[in-house]
Order: sequence, then structure tokens, then C-alpha cells
Amino acid sequence: MERLIEKWQDKISEVVIGAKKPITIGGETGIYFIDGEDKCPNPPRVAMEVWDMEPEAWPEVLKTNFGNALKDPVEWAKLCADKFSADLICLRLASTHPDTKNASSQEAGKTLEKILKAVSVPLIVIGSSAPEKDNEVMAHCANAAKGENCLFGIATQDNYKTLTAACLSSGHSIISEAPIDINIAKQLNILICDMQFSADKIVIHHATGALGYGLEYTYSIMERTRLAGLSGDRMLSMPMINFVGQEAWRTKEAKTGQKDTGILWEVATATAYLNSGADILVMNHPKAVEQINKAIKALKG
Amino acid sequence: MFIIGERINGMFKDVAKAIKEKDKAVIHTLALKQVSCKASALDVNVGPASANPKEAMEWLVKTIQEVTDITLAIDTTKQDVMETGLSLCKAKPIINSANANEEKIKNLFSLAKKYNASVIGLTMDKVGIPKDSEGRMELAMKLVAACVEYGIDTSELYLDAVILPVNVAQPHAKEVLKTIRDSKMLADPAPKTVLGLSNVSQGSPSQSKSLINRTFLAMAISSGLDAAIMDVTDRELMDSMITAELLMEKQLYCDSYLEAYRKK
Repeated sequence: MERLIEKWQDKISEVVIGAKKPITIGGETGIYFIDGEDKCPNPPRVAMEVWDMEPEAWPEVLKTNFGNALKDPVEWAKLCADKFSADLICLRLASTHPDTKNASSQEAGKTLEKILKAVSVPLIVIGSSAPEKDNEVMAHCANAAKGENCLFGIATQDNYKTLTAACLSSGHSIISEAPIDINIAKQLNILICDMQFSADKIVIHHATGALGYGLEYTYSIMERTRLAGLSGDRMLSMPMINFVGQEAWRTKEAKTGQKDTGILWEVATATAYLNSGADILVMNHPKAVEQINKAIKALKG
Repeated sequence: MFIIGERINGMFKDVAKAIKEKDKAVIHTLALKQVSCKASALDVNVGPASANPKEAMEWLVKTIQEVTDITLAIDTTKQDVMETGLSLCKAKPIINSANANEEKIKNLFSLAKKYNASVIGLTMDKVGIPKDSEGRMELAMKLVAACVEYGIDTSELYLDAVILPVNVAQPHAKEVLKTIRDSKMLADPAPKTVLGLSNVSQGSPSQSKSLINRTFLAMAISSGLDAAIMDVTDRELMDSMITAELLMEKQLYCDSYLEAYRKK
């Protein structure tokens, strides 16, 4: 019987991240991992999360992989890039949150500069999820990393202008986030593009909401986004990112289960996202990273 | 939706004058304006008054292609003018139009095969335009059969159920809509459907024309219309088209959906 191969009319945009050793994500002309249809020129990439302060809420099974490096973001970043072969580093500026250390923009900028010097892999930089403080911190950090072509986040429908302007003037790409709502995702991309920001520098994040909405919702929204993008919807034809580690390790099962439960949880989540079109997976546990890199290789064939 | 911009037609005085005086700037402006308004293709018609239609068609096609490589719909009743136009097109052209008259089928489907063109097929023949959808469907079937006979994919056929002006032929509109719905069942892959939209408001007062056009277009889209030859520069008409397609789930909703369509 003849195999039917879907021909799509459009392709996903390619986003280049980094300056020293830039990587390209996106560019898919079909659905990932479907033999014959998938002509994805750039495989999905794995980023590892690095915090600018020790993440107190992390369970011991996760912390133990990084040892004393948890207290020094530069060492932590080097460990992830060199030992654990992370494709990218995702720096979370958690210390700037008013409820933690309330660190200043200048301090955050210095940490960022040090990491940029210490590692050659591209950087994703995200704030502390305190909207007002993030605007101040990210504007400063975007400028501090000018020319480094980082991926900055996270723009939301209620708070995108400052970050967009900062990325525009410093030449970075941006993460646009919607709360598991494809219509808002599209609208936010239009709003960002209205500020003369290039659609080719946007990476979509479908946030996994709290209170009962989980992986399966995100998974199906990601699939719909990718199908719309491949069908010619220019405002959805962007690569997608998932913060897998953050989602997996905040579950009760990962924190309190048996030794490998959290790792399996992270791997299972990441595998599902891979199959629904994820281009960057931000992960935490080195063993999960190793497993998912194997999975990417095996699926690509 | 596949939109064929209707504006480069010798029936319009500015185009007739431009053809006569070989004024390229007028044609360039009209072509680029329609492209920027999101036309998928441009209709090219030298008009009835042209002294040498073949030469005029050659000039028009070449002039348009100096500024855009968009698909062209060569719009003429004369066989030699049609062939001249088709032979010059850079993109896959559209024949506008054949009908169910046997001689027309023979002449134009042969050309479609030769130039790998899509064909607009009017559901009319020597007798004229049928008054109901059943009569139109009978002629549509002939056009689909012609595709098979001449080895043309049925999805390359654009069936035009021929809408007549509502001021003189009011009962036709609903028959046309029924034909659009029914013609999808004629073949697999289904033939496409098209309308020469502005005809519906021909002869109506100028203040009602645009309203009649956009209302009928929205109704036709809900019946499954694939393409229209229309005034792509009429912003309200385009807005209606985009909104109708949105409601038919052809585009994903967002608050700025009109803008999103135009960014495509």
C-alpha cells in the first residue's frame, strides 16, 4: 500500500541563539520523527537550568549532582556545559525576586557577564517571575549581554513591552508565553511583532498551568500550534521551548518518590514534548538529560 | 481563500487608457496595490475596446511581470489571445475561462494541458446560464468529465456557478450557493469553486454595491467557496472575507485576527 506523506505549505522559522558557538533551532518542514515527512534540519536541543542562588526547594536527589557548584553559578554553568554536555545554559535569576535575596539588576548583570565569559554554549536568560522587578532586571541584563544573541524570557500578554524593547535594542531573541491558550499565544506574537520585533526571533512557550492542567493540555496545544504553523499561520510558525525540569521536579511524586522517580518523571515529560514539537527542552537532572539526548538520537534514526 | 484581483481589466477606463497609451506606470501601480492587499493572483483582461487584443495582452502580461511574478488569470474569450497570455506567464497560469460548450472545452482544456494551467469553468453553455442549481450541476459534471478526458487533475478546475446581478436575476443567488455546496461531491479530489463576485451587484446603486458584494461573499464562503475574482482593494470586503473564513475555522482566532491575516 502506498504511504501517504503529508506535504505542508509552510515551515517553522529558524532562530539562531548564541554568539561564540551559535546554534540554530526550528526550521521544521514537517512533524518531528515521522519517517519521510520529517525533514527537520535542526534537532531539538537540551538546555540545563542554572540558578544564580542555591535552589532551596530542590530535593536532595537533584541537588547532589551539582555539589558545591550550586553556590556558584559560574561553576554550575561550567559543570553543565563541560561535564553534562548541555547544548545551552538557562540562567534563572531567582535571587532578584523581592521575596528571596532581592538582588539588584547590577548584581544579576555581573553574574550574567561572568557566565558568558566562562562558557561558550548559548544562554537562555529568565527572570524570577516577579513582573515589575523582572522588567528592571531584564532590561539591564539584556543590555549587559548586548551582542551575545541570547534568548530572553519571559514575555506575557500583560507584560511584554519592556522585555521586547530590551531584546530589540540589544539584539536578543525572546520567549513569548501564553497560559495554555493558543489564541492568546497567537495574539501575543502579533503584539510583539507590532513593536517591529522580527517574528524570526520569537520562541513560543506554552506554560503548563497550575491546578489540574498538566502535560496532556500542553501537549495538545503544542501539536495544534505546530500544525497551524506548518499550515501557513505565520504568527504560530515559531520554535517552541519547554521548562521540563521546573515542571517535573515540583511534583510531589518527583520530590518524595523513590530514587529514580523524579528522573523518570522528567524524562517522560520531555519525551512527550519532543513528540509534540519541542525545539528546546530546559532540564534539571543530568541523568534525565543523558536519557533524552539518547531518545532524540534514536528518534531521529 | 484564493483571491484573484479583478482590477487589471480594460473595462475600467484607467486600464483602457493605459493600454492605449502604453502607460506602464498605471499597470505597475495597480498590480502592486493588489498584491499588497493580499491578492493570490491577478486577473488580466484587455477589455472589449482594444484594437489589437493579442498585442495588448502581451504588453499587459509583460508589464505586470516587470513588477511581480504572481499567478495571472488570463481573461479573454479569444483563443489566440489566451494562448499568447498563457505562453508568457512566469507562474502557473489560470485560464479565465472555459464553459461547458463542447468547442470551448476542446480548445481551452487542450491549452490547459499544454501550459499546465488551472481552468475556471463556467456552468453555462451555448444555451446560456441555467436557472437552477440542477442545470448548473449538469454542466459542472461536463467540465469535470473534460478534466478526466484531457488528463487534468480535478483539483485544478475552478467551477464558476455564474452569479447574475441581483437587481435583474434575484432567484439565482441561492441557486449559485447550492451549486457551490453540491459541486464538492462531483469528484475526488473535489473541484474548486470560484465566483466572479462583483457581478452580483452590477447595476445596483453604487452605495449598495460593496455591501451586496461582501454579504454574498460571506454567504458563499459558508457554502464552501474556495476562490473569488473580486476587488481586493475594497477593505471592508476583505475584512468580511477574513471574518467569514475565521468563523468557518479556516484561521485560528486571536483578537487581532484581521491583522494576523494581513501579516501572512
